[in-house]
Amino acid sequence: MAALILFLLIVAACLSAPLYARWAGVDPFTSTLDAVIQIDGQDVPVMEQSTEGLGLGYTPLGPTWRLGNYFLGADNQGRDVMARLLYGGLNSLLISAAATVLTLILGTSAGLVAGYFGGVTDTVLSRFLDILWAFPIYLLAISLSIVTIAQGISIGPITIESGSLWLPVIIIGIVYVPYVARPIRGQVLSLRNSEFVLAAINLGVPGHRILWRDILPNITTTLIVFVPLMMALNMLTESALSFLSIGVQPPDASWGTIIQDGQALLYTRPIVALAPGIAIAISVMALNVFGDGLRDALDPRSKVRLGRD
Amino acid sequence: MKKILLAAVAASVFTWAGQAPASAEYLKEHRGGTMRLLARSAAGTLDPHINYTLQYWQIFQPLYDGLVAFRKADGKDGFKIVADLAEDMPQVSDDGKTFTFKLRKDIKFANGQDVTVKDVVASFQRIFKVSGPTSGTFYSGIVGADKCLADTKSCTLEGGVTGDEAAGTVTIKITKPDAEFIDKLAMPHAVILPAGTPTEDVGSNPIPGTGAYMISAYDPNKGMTMVRNPHFKQWSEEAQPDGYPDVVQYDFGLTEEAAVTAIQKGEADWMFDQPPTDRLVELGTKYMDQVHISPLTAWWYAPLNTRLAPFDNEKARQAVAYAVDRNTLVNLFGGKVLASPVCQVLPPDFPGHVDYCPFTKNPGAKWSGTDVEKAKQLVEESGTKGQKVTVIVEDTAVSRAIGVYLQSVLTTIGYQADVKPISPNLQFTYIQNTNNKVQMSVSQWYQDYPAASNFLNILFGCDSFREGSDASVNISGFCDKDIDAKMKQAMDLGVTDQEAANKLWAEVDKEVTDKAGAVALFTPKHVDFVSKRLGNFKFNAQFYWIVTQAWVQ
Repeated sequence: MAALILFLLIVAACLSAPLYARWAGVDPFTSTLDAVIQIDGQDVPVMEQSTEGLGLGYTPLGPTWRLGNYFLGADNQGRDVMARLLYGGLNSLLISAAATVLTLILGTSAGLVAGYFGGVTDTVLSRFLDILWAFPIYLLAISLSIVTIAQGISIGPITIESGSLWLPVIIIGIVYVPYVARPIRGQVLSLRNSEFVLAAINLGVPGHRILWRDILPNITTTLIVFVPLMMALNMLTESALSFLSIGVQPPDASWGTIIQDGQALLYTRPIVALAPGIAIAISVMALNVFGDGLRDALDPRSKVRLGRD
Repeated sequence: MKKILLAAVAASVFTWAGQAPASAEYLKEHRGGTMRLLARSAAGTLDPHINYTLQYWQIFQPLYDGLVAFRKADGKDGFKIVADLAEDMPQVSDDGKTFTFKLRKDIKFANGQDVTVKDVVASFQRIFKVSGPTSGTFYSGIVGADKCLADTKSCTLEGGVTGDEAAGTVTIKITKPDAEFIDKLAMPHAVILPAGTPTEDVGSNPIPGTGAYMISAYDPNKGMTMVRNPHFKQWSEEAQPDGYPDVVQYDFGLTEEAAVTAIQKGEADWMFDQPPTDRLVELGTKYMDQVHISPLTAWWYAPLNTRLAPFDNEKARQAVAYAVDRNTLVNLFGGKVLASPVCQVLPPDFPGHVDYCPFTKNPGAKWSGTDVEKAKQLVEESGTKGQKVTVIVEDTAVSRAIGVYLQSVLTTIGYQADVKPISPNLQFTYIQNTNNKVQMSVSQWYQDYPAASNFLNILFGCDSFREGSDASVNISGFCDKDIDAKMKQAMDLGVTDQEAANKLWAEVDKEVTDKAGAVALFTPKHVDFVSKRLGNFKFNAQFYWIVTQAWVQ
């Protein structure tokens, strides 16, 4: 429960991002290199040019620890890191949640169909999932991102612009389909031979109706347990892709892109990279603990396994 | 040439450890020791006829020689071309199309073979046989080059490069006078190699050269070891001076952060890559006597695609030029010590450069600030307001920061802009190919040799534009027939009157700038961070730091 509350607090904080930015009077997406702020009545430049020695380099403002006034300091574009952290969290949460929904829909559909109909259908679907699973997840996600990131996706009437958040959603949603489909298929195979299903078949109930009315309700607990665990996994993947510049595109923020921005400031302003890193760690931990708790609560005997054997 | 490729520089601003030029006395005192160099990675093939990177062109300097060479001297003196394997500068015929070189005697390759006329002729043929990257540009004017380009394997350059063994002379004929031909002969792609060198890319196998050093070991995943060439006897201090260290050990694989730390600890003497921006303040204060900053004749710019909306409209292009704050970009690059704002194509102190800045608050000679209102007005007038613009940048900290800044500028003046960082390995070819429909990008250009044409003609000449090609270096797709004719006129004029040609280039520079095919951003400076023990640092205008002219003991 504590993990859920912690996660909900993070969600609430991230949802407040536009309010925070408006209250602080900052635009987290626009370069403000010449900005000057007031601290204790004194004008302080957001980017400070070195004046000592050879006068090399600029240093962004460090944390002021004052909410609404560059609480976590500035990044290398002079933008408020706190405001970007909240907006970034919003994007990271949105992408991981949407990707989780997509994974569950695709994975569940594939698992249900393969497990229930068996035969050629099962063989084809299972081999397809094997192929997908054969690729290292990050390699597959990076490959798909690189292919789509510059031009977007255009299939028939469906067009997704290259900068759209839907791109990482789709990519992450697809690469984890086998992780859901495999265990679901296993469960359906077992349910397929249970008495109530055999009875329904013998009574002439159509397959789709059996799947929808008899089998799906029996795998719901598994799906519910999957939600927080997949979300945690997707959040990590999204951050990794964005860190590599192939997820969320600038000037939009995600926790991954902020870590990437902070990479160039590790020596002088480590907080820029540390803050989103800590946010990811806490969110993922909260989701995992919540997921484990949920699994124990819903089905203590369940052996849901994420990842490969 | 592109960023990582060869660049040139003017004089060193700071030469803290700099002393008088190398001399016999200094050689006695400081000769010996092992110099340790670092780079994030190797730079490809060791074949000097093929490799086209600054990293290895710098290393090739003490390894190989051409008939002529850029002087191994500090600062702008490095632009001067001197005789190298040739006894003297060539005799040029009255029509400017025949160059006769007399070869020096008693020069040997690192494998002990004598350098002969046969080696020179074979080396020129080899430039084409290995399909050298500049065979179709720098050397296409040699008689017979057209046949060699069409059929590389059977290249003879018949009538183009001929040798007279008895007289020890080599004659090179070109199809039309070329004021820059001697510059081209001084490039590493025209160095002289043994006649028996394989006529294919040698990859990681070093080819014996004539320089003061030779490569004794090379593993592109680990490093390179250079030792003294046992057959080297100095024939010209200007062209190929003897070096100080006995061994140069060049290690690959450390990140820039780690390389800075290694140099601070005295574990290495120099790093090829630029120090990371977040270490600059520290280096500029605690290690200022180990930092050398040198201005470059180079150009950071934002090509605007003149064949694609919205920048097929001249007013739209000019609007961007008015709105981009060069001082902000300078700050993003590391501050005014490391870069200077520019408004035009030719870098300061370059042949043909005359200060010119039309798209600024107070148009005149120098940058005086942005005029965002004017920019907005031009966007309105162009009828392009609200259009989508994507800026393609390299996925490096500096380029990404510049891209994000440009995106906010474009948004301010009325466009729907976004920025796409893509891998530095891909970006340069990606933005050249018209199939990718790149509207705006950020790129850099560093000279091959000190000539205005190397910027203006290459980046904005009609011949440099190739539809659908990854090698269309005229990224803007700019082609103005009148300006193009003027560029050709300037190149022809350079054969007889370089001063008049430079005046014409200045006009071309203004006209190209007025058309705003690209937004000039800034001209960068180069930072070299060296160890405390490294002395006699010399920064050559053409090939950067002269590695073996520094000492480590």
